[in-house]
Amino acid sequence: MKTVPADPKGVDSGPHFMDGDHALAEGALAAGCRFFAGYPITPSTEAAERFAERAPEVGAMFIQMEDELASIAALIGAAWAGQKCMTVTCGPGFSLMTENLGLACMTETPMVIANVQRGGPSTGLPTLTAQQDMMQARYGPHGDNMIIALCPDSPQECFDLTVEAFNLSEFYRVPVIILTDETVGHMHEKVVIPPADQIKVVPRNNYNGPKEDCRPYKFDSKGGHPMVRAGDGYNFHITGLTHNEKGYPVMTADQNKIVVTHLMEKINSNTDQIIRLDEDQIDGADVVVVSYGITSRIAVKAIQDARKEGIKVGSLRMITIWPFCEKRIRELSGKVKAFVVPEINYGQMVLEVERCAAGRSKVISVNHCGGAVHDPDVILDAIRKANQ
Amino acid sequence: MSTQEIRFSGFGGQGIIRCALITGKALSLYDDKFATMTQAFGPEARGSACAAQLVVSDERVLYPYITHPGVLVALSQEAYDKYYGELPKGGILIVEEDLVKLRGEHLDLRLMRVPATRFAEELGNRLFTNLVALGFFTAVTNVVTADAMKKALPGLVPERFLKINIKAFDKGYEHGIQMISKNTRGDAS
Repeated sequence: MKTVPADPKGVDSGPHFMDGDHALAEGALAAGCRFFAGYPITPSTEAAERFAERAPEVGAMFIQMEDELASIAALIGAAWAGQKCMTVTCGPGFSLMTENLGLACMTETPMVIANVQRGGPSTGLPTLTAQQDMMQARYGPHGDNMIIALCPDSPQECFDLTVEAFNLSEFYRVPVIILTDETVGHMHEKVVIPPADQIKVVPRNNYNGPKEDCRPYKFDSKGGHPMVRAGDGYNFHITGLTHNEKGYPVMTADQNKIVVTHLMEKINSNTDQIIRLDEDQIDGADVVVVSYGITSRIAVKAIQDARKEGIKVGSLRMITIWPFCEKRIRELSGKVKAFVVPEINYGQMVLEVERCAAGRSKVISVNHCGGAVHDPDVILDAIRKANQ
Repeated sequence: MSTQEIRFSGFGGQGIIRCALITGKALSLYDDKFATMTQAFGPEARGSACAAQLVVSDERVLYPYITHPGVLVALSQEAYDKYYGELPKGGILIVEEDLVKLRGEHLDLRLMRVPATRFAEELGNRLFTNLVALGFFTAVTNVVTADAMKKALPGLVPERFLKINIKAFDKGYEHGIQMISKNTRGDAS
C-alpha cells in the first residue's frame, strides 16, 4: 500500500484524555476523512458529535441524515464523488445499514463504518455493552461478499485502527467495519495522537488516464485499483447488478463467477497483509485464550491469574476479526490442549475457532449475553477446565 | 500504589463527571499514571444521582470498572447513602459537609468533610463546588499531584473561568492540608 503523511489539518496531535467514540472521530479526521453522514444512536453518538464539532475547522462535511439507510447511501455517493467517508452506529442502526452495505461491497466503494456495539437483539440495552454483531458484520448483507473488520480494545486503538481501517478500505476498495463496543466507546483513557508526518495514510487513488481506457473495476483478486471520480468527465456506470469492468450490467452466471470470486479473493488471498494479531506466550502453551475487543483486556487479567497457578496459557488477541485468522488457529490446533473463547455474545466467533480447530483441540466457549463485561474469574475457571 | 479505585458522586449539575475527567487527565497526562474513567449512561444516570469512576494504576488498567472503591467523594445525600457502604475498612470517605447528613460516625473509615458549596459561594458561584471538592480530594488522598490537576484544567473548564477555578481548587486544597495537619475529620467546623 502506497502511503503519504497525513494532512496536518485533520490531526489533533498530542496526548489527550479521551473516550473511544471521540478517538474514532479523531482517527477518521487524521486518516483524511472529510465526509460524515450519520444518525445519532447510543452508544455511538459521541463520535458523531466530535466529528461535527471538528468538521468546520478541518474543512470536512457533517450531515445528520434522516436515518441509517440514508446515512450509508450518502457515504456511497460521497465516496464516488471523491471523499473518504465514515459513519458510526450500533446494532439497530447497523441492521438498517445492511442493505446498502451489500451495495457498497458490490460496487467496491471504500468507507468506514464503526459499530459501537450495545446489547441486543432489537433495541435491547441502549447504554450497555455487548459484542453481539460479530457475525452480522460478516454475513449481514445477502449474497456472497467479504468485508474487513477490526476490533479495538481501548480508546488509543480506536484512533489507531480507524486510521488503519481507512487505509485498508482505500486500498482494497471495501467497506471496513470497526467493531467496538459501549465499554470502549464510552471509557476515557490516554490517547496519544502522533504528529501528522508520522501518520501514514493511503490517499484516494483516482483514475486520470485516457477516457477510452477508463474502467472503474478490475476483477483480478487484488487491491490497489483506482476509483473513478464522478464529475471528472469519464463515462462509467455503478450498479448493484452483476457488472463488467466498465460497470455495466452483465447478468450471467459466468460474469457473476468473475465478480464474486474477485470480491471474496481480494480479501481472502491477501490475509497475510490484512490480518493483525497480538500474541503473548503462545509457544509451549497448553491453553490459548482467543479474544477480541474489550473482552481481551478482561481475559488478560484471567490469564495472569492462571499463570500464577502454573497453567501454561497463551493469549491470541484478534485485532483483525474479519477475515478470520483461520491459518493461525489451524496451525495451533492439535498443538494446544484447548482454546478458550470469551466473548460478550451467546457464542459467535467461537464457531469460527471450532471450525478451524476441526476437533484437533478442545474449544471452550465463555459466553455472556451482554450488558456487562465478563467477571475475570469466570474466564479463569474456563482456563482451569481447559487445562484438565 | 498499585491500583486504586475512586468514585465521584453527587447530583446532576454539580460537575461530578468533570471531576473524574480532570483527575483522569491529570493522572494519565501529567502524573505518569494509567487512568481509566467510566460513567453510568443508563436511566440511573439521569435525574438526581450521578457518578463517575476512575481506576488508577502504575500499570495498564485491564478491568475498566471499579470493584473495590477505596475513595468515595459524595457531594449529595443520595450519593452518600447509595455508595458509602462499598468502602472497605480504612477507605477514604469525602463528603460535602453541608449537604450530607451522616448515618453514623464511620470510625472505621477516613472520613473527611468539606463545605465545598459554601466555599464556592464565597468565591462567587456554587458552580465552582466541584473544583473546591477536587482541591480537597487532592490534598487528603495523595492520589494525584496538585500540579497535575492544575495543568489538566485548560480545555476542561471554560477559559474565562480558569483563574477562578484554580482559586476554588486552591481553597479546597488548603482546607484539606489544614485538616490533615490538625488531624481532624472536619467534625468540628
